[in-house]
Amino acid sequence: MADEKDREEIIVAEFHKKIKEAFEVFDHESNNTVDVREIGTIIRSLGCCPTEGELHDLIAEVEEEEPTGYIRFEKFLPVMTEILLERRYRPIPEDVLLRAFEVLDSAKRGFLTKDELIKYMTEEDRVSLCRLGW
Amino acid sequence: MGCSSSSTKTRKSETSLKAALIIQNWYRGYKARLKARQHYALTIFQSIEYADEQGQMQLSTFFSFMFENYAHVHKEELELRKQSLESEQDMRDRHDYVDLIDVPDSYNGPRLQFPLTCTDIDLLLEAFKEQQILHAHYVLEVLFETKKVLKQMPNFTHVQTSPSKELTICGDLHRKLDDFMIFYKNGLPSESNPYVFNGDFVDRGKNSIEILMILCVSFLVYPNDLHLNRGNHEDFMMNLRYGFTKEILHKYKLHGKRILQILEELYAWLPIGTIVDNEILVIHGGISETTDLNLLHRVERNKMKSVLIPPTETNRDYDTDSKHNKVGVTFNAHGRIKTNGSPIEHLPKHEWEQIIDILWSDPRGKNGCFPNTGRGGGCYFGPDVTSKILNKYQLKMLIRSHECKPEGYEICHDGKVVTIFSASNYYEEGSNRGAYIKLCSGTAPRFFQYQVTKATCFQPLRQRVYTMESSAIKILKERVISRKSDLTRAFQLQDHRKSGKLSLSQWAFCMENILGLNLPWRSLSSNLVNIDKNGNVEYMSSFQNIHIEKPVQEAHSTLVETLYRYRSDLEIIFNAIDTDHSGLISMEEFRAMWKLFSAHYNVLIDDSQVNKLANIMDLNKDGSIDFNEFLKAFYVVHRYEDLMKPGVTNLG
Repeated sequence: MADEKDREEIIVAEFHKKIKEAFEVFDHESNNTVDVREIGTIIRSLGCCPTEGELHDLIAEVEEEEPTGYIRFEKFLPVMTEILLERRYRPIPEDVLLRAFEVLDSAKRGFLTKDELIKYMTEEDRVSLCRLGW
Repeated sequence: MGCSSSSTKTRKSETSLKAALIIQNWYRGYKARLKARQHYALTIFQSIEYADEQGQMQLSTFFSFMFENYAHVHKEELELRKQSLESEQDMRDRHDYVDLIDVPDSYNGPRLQFPLTCTDIDLLLEAFKEQQILHAHYVLEVLFETKKVLKQMPNFTHVQTSPSKELTICGDLHRKLDDFMIFYKNGLPSESNPYVFNGDFVDRGKNSIEILMILCVSFLVYPNDLHLNRGNHEDFMMNLRYGFTKEILHKYKLHGKRILQILEELYAWLPIGTIVDNEILVIHGGISETTDLNLLHRVERNKMKSVLIPPTETNRDYDTDSKHNKVGVTFNAHGRIKTNGSPIEHLPKHEWEQIIDILWSDPRGKNGCFPNTGRGGGCYFGPDVTSKILNKYQLKMLIRSHECKPEGYEICHDGKVVTIFSASNYYEEGSNRGAYIKLCSGTAPRFFQYQVTKATCFQPLRQRVYTMESSAIKILKERVISRKSDLTRAFQLQDHRKSGKLSLSQWAFCMENILGLNLPWRSLSSNLVNIDKNGNVEYMSSFQNIHIEKPVQEAHSTLVETLYRYRSDLEIIFNAIDTDHSGLISMEEFRAMWKLFSAHYNVLIDDSQVNKLANIMDLNKDGSIDFNEFLKAFYVVHRYEDLMKPGVTNLG
């Protein structure tokens, strides 16, 4: 029992260091804050893939009571640690991604033209989005 | 609900939508990881750059140490300095420097006509685009004339703007006038198009002298509309390390020395800063909580020769009425040097420090004023310091340069401090944009960004990030190999089971402590070491695919490593000893200098090994060492081209 707890502590400590490293790279003023617009990049650089909706929720969690445009490390760390521990927002497996492309390529050509890609990427039916729970 | 065909359609569009969202999600993650890698690379470049500057500053204490102990060499150097400070200097300059050099008929480079006009500016721009080299005669004449004009300028130039006369402010150029793009984009300097160049025109590139020539010629044509501020690289000692000295000696083999001598003086006459519309202070580095602008207006700025020549304690003793005495050198009983330093020689310590602060400080988010440990000189100043100093002198804004910013500029301290950096692709192709500011009283400053790329413009983002990343990893690995012995010892200390492996945490700890670089080691680890399937680091793989060439077989590897590690410092020291710029020092001088160096830097190298090496390096056995050859012999070989992974394409 104690052994497992030790191991978990070590894992948490490692996560803390990893998160700190990723955070510091964007902390331009060296004052333990980053611009809120960089949070998405930081989280994704740590290997997680939240959707935009999930990201918005996350930001709301780590923001100040009165949003300043900056996120403090003290607030970010515990939230991010949880995410890593729970293995949340895992990236999409390669085969699923491939399937997604194949779905769009109905003619089974093995490629998408630039125009098609633009069309698919920018078409968004808001109602459907809500229905899909994205 | 609805006929079957429409429900198929709905289902189909739902699937398409899901697919699109999946792809979007993946792409955002992919882009974010590229951006993070780009930032990591930038962090590496910056850490190493500042660590280098710190090493540079530390060298200054060595010089004090050396000057105190290295008697006979110093005497000679002081003699030269004394000579160059006498008041007939100007006349002698002209005679010594310019008139003695003829321009041969066979020279087909640009020929300047004095007094200079804007035709000469165009002439030079055209010529430099064609990679021509300006003849030493003209270089010297331009530098000499520039110095003459600069001497009449006050420490701070006061400039007024108006709607018809906007002021353009450029930051660090570092030889990157990039085919003089700023002049094409924003127009050549003129009475209606004034410029301020905020320091660091030279070093780190192959065309510093060309940049300097364009700036000086423009300055001579429009002395009231082109303003040059001194940067920390307008310092002959910095030039020794960062390449400008080499560039000059290489391009001007005959007259390089003279050019260097006059440059040394010219730098010291560059104004400290500019004040625009009585409300904006433009200086190269920053401020400290003790910055005294009134004092800075009064100091004799030309006495500030170099950041590496700090005022010595003996300054305090000087006699004010020894103003007209010649500088004498006397030896006391212990062979130490004592100068009855005339006031012409040195700045008082507090004045010297004030100038260092201006040229070297960096703004940070934390309140207060702290020693700038990154660079080893100047300080880190917080928003409270900015407010205090700006209020004290009724100023509204501070515009400074000195730090590379990804977007070419950055605003901090609540809009009161602006960093402007004009060298795009400073570290590497794609590393950052450059920018300049246009100021006009009554309106907000306007920022203009650019990034000059030739081929890389059309490369995909992934490729550009890869280029930058490999460049950064390469120089980081060079650091690592230069500390191989210390690192190995540290690794082995942690490796209790002698397994050859450490946890990622242990490895990162050693790297950070030994190298003294605050980098995201865990994130970089995959590029630097081998990691086994359990996530453990095979620490000796930190040194794979790179080694230091041994100049001679007999040289012991720790000696080789030490010499490689300190080679920049050694180069500067050699140059300082080599007062006649011959490139040679005697064996005796080499040995004496090495003894001092190893004592001061606590380097544990056997003297006999160094002697042996020196003997081997004295190839023609004439008792002198060509130190450029000596230092060139220590270089690093990378064996990694094919092993460097071309970007991570996995999704996790």
